[in-house]
Amino acid sequence: MNQKKVVLMAGAVVGALSVLLMKAGNPANMGICVACFIRDIAGALGMHRAEVVQYIRPEVPGFILGSFLVALAGGEFRARGGSSPLVRFVLGFFVVLGALVFLGCPLRMVLRLAGGDLNALTGLAGFAVGIWIGLFFLRNGFSLGRSTKLQSSNGYVLPAVAVALLLLLLMAPAFIFFSEKGPGSMRAPWLLALVAGVIVGAVAQRSRLCLAGGIRDLFLIGDPHLFRGFVMIFVVALVLNMMVGPFKLGFVEQPVAHSDGLWNFLGMVLVGLGSVLLGGCPLRQCILAGEGDADAGITFLGMLTGGAFAHNFSIAASPTGVTPTGKLAVFIGIVVVAVIGYLNMPRTVATGTKEGKQHAIQS
Amino acid sequence: MPYKVDARGLSCPQPVVLAKKAVENTQEEVIEVLVDNAAARENVSRFAQSAGCVVEVTPADNDEYTVRITRGPGA
Repeated sequence: MNQKKVVLMAGAVVGALSVLLMKAGNPANMGICVACFIRDIAGALGMHRAEVVQYIRPEVPGFILGSFLVALAGGEFRARGGSSPLVRFVLGFFVVLGALVFLGCPLRMVLRLAGGDLNALTGLAGFAVGIWIGLFFLRNGFSLGRSTKLQSSNGYVLPAVAVALLLLLLMAPAFIFFSEKGPGSMRAPWLLALVAGVIVGAVAQRSRLCLAGGIRDLFLIGDPHLFRGFVMIFVVALVLNMMVGPFKLGFVEQPVAHSDGLWNFLGMVLVGLGSVLLGGCPLRQCILAGEGDADAGITFLGMLTGGAFAHNFSIAASPTGVTPTGKLAVFIGIVVVAVIGYLNMPRTVATGTKEGKQHAIQS
Repeated sequence: MPYKVDARGLSCPQPVVLAKKAVENTQEEVIEVLVDNAAARENVSRFAQSAGCVVEVTPADNDEYTVRITRGPGA
C-alpha cells in the first residue's frame, strides 16, 4: 500500500473509531481527545481532585502500546533521546493547558467540527496561526538539538507506564479515583476503548498521522500528504455523525465546549505553536513515545503534569466559560513557548547574518 | 562531490527544512541527506519528489538511510 492510501486509511479508521467510542459511552464530540484523556488519567491518579474528570482512559495506553507493537514488528522501534528533554516537558505542559482552555486537543477539534460545533472553527484558525508562527522559528533554524541512540531500556519506559495504567484500571485500588458524574463518568466499555486505542496507535504509527504536521507541511512545502489524514478524520466522522448522530450545527450549547471565541482561538494558538516546536501534536507524541522516543516520553509526562495543573489552578475551561487563571495561563504559555522558540534558533540566524544562514543549512 | 546534509536525530520537520534549504540555496547537482528514522526518510523523499528531483534511498549502518537527491531538469 502506498503512503497516500495508508494515511487516508488511518484517517478513516480514527474518524470511525472516534464516533464508535462516543456512541459506546464516551462524551459527546469526544470519542477521542488526547489532552482531555491524559487530564482524566492525571485525575484518576489523584494528581488533581476535580471529581468530574477522573478516569484511567484505556485509549491513551492503547495509543502507546499500539505504536509500540507495530514499531517492534516493523523494525522501527528504536530507543532514542537527549534532545532538550526538559524543554520538551515544558512545551508538553503548556500545549495541554492551551488545549484545556479550548477544550480539546487538535484531534478533538476536528471531531468537534465533525459534530457541527462551529466554535472549533475559531480553534482551527488559532491552531493554524500557532503553526504559522512556529514555522517562523523553524525556517530560521530552530532546533531542540539532536536525539541520539539510547540503551533500549529507555524506550520501554512509556510502554511499561501504559501497562501499569491498564493494571491500575483493571484492579481499581482504593487510591485510584473514578468519576461518578460529569465527562469522566462517561466512558465506553474498557475493552472496546483499549482495542480502539491500540488500533489508532497502530495506524497512526504506520501512517505518521499528525494533526499539527498536516497543516505545517501544507504551509512549509505545500505538501498535502498528512493533511489528507486530517481531512479524512473530519469527513468520516461527519458522515457517521449525520447518520447515527448526534449532529448539531451552531455555536451555542455544544457538548463540553464554550463559545468564548477569543480564548478558543488563543488556546489553540498555544497548542499549534507548541506542537510545531515539539515536532508533532499530542497524539503524535504518544505514538513517538511508543516507538522508543524518550523525548516524546518526557513530553507525555509534561502533558500529564499540565493536565493536573489545569485543574489544581482552575486553568481548564468548562462549558460555562474560560477562567481568569485560564486566560493568564494561555498568555504566559504563548510567551514562554515563543521565548523557547527564540532561544533555540542559532544565534547568528537570530541576528540575521550571512554566516547564520550557512550554519542553518549545515547544522 | 554531493552536498551532504546530516539530519540524524532531528525532530520533524527539520530534516525536510534542511533538505529544502540545500535544494534552494546550493548549486550542487546531487544532495545527500542522512537520516536515522523511517518517518524522516519518507518526508525528505516526498519533498524531493514533489520538487521535481530524482530520489534514491540507500540503507546505511545503525538504522540510518542516505536519501540521495538528484536535481531534475526543472529543479
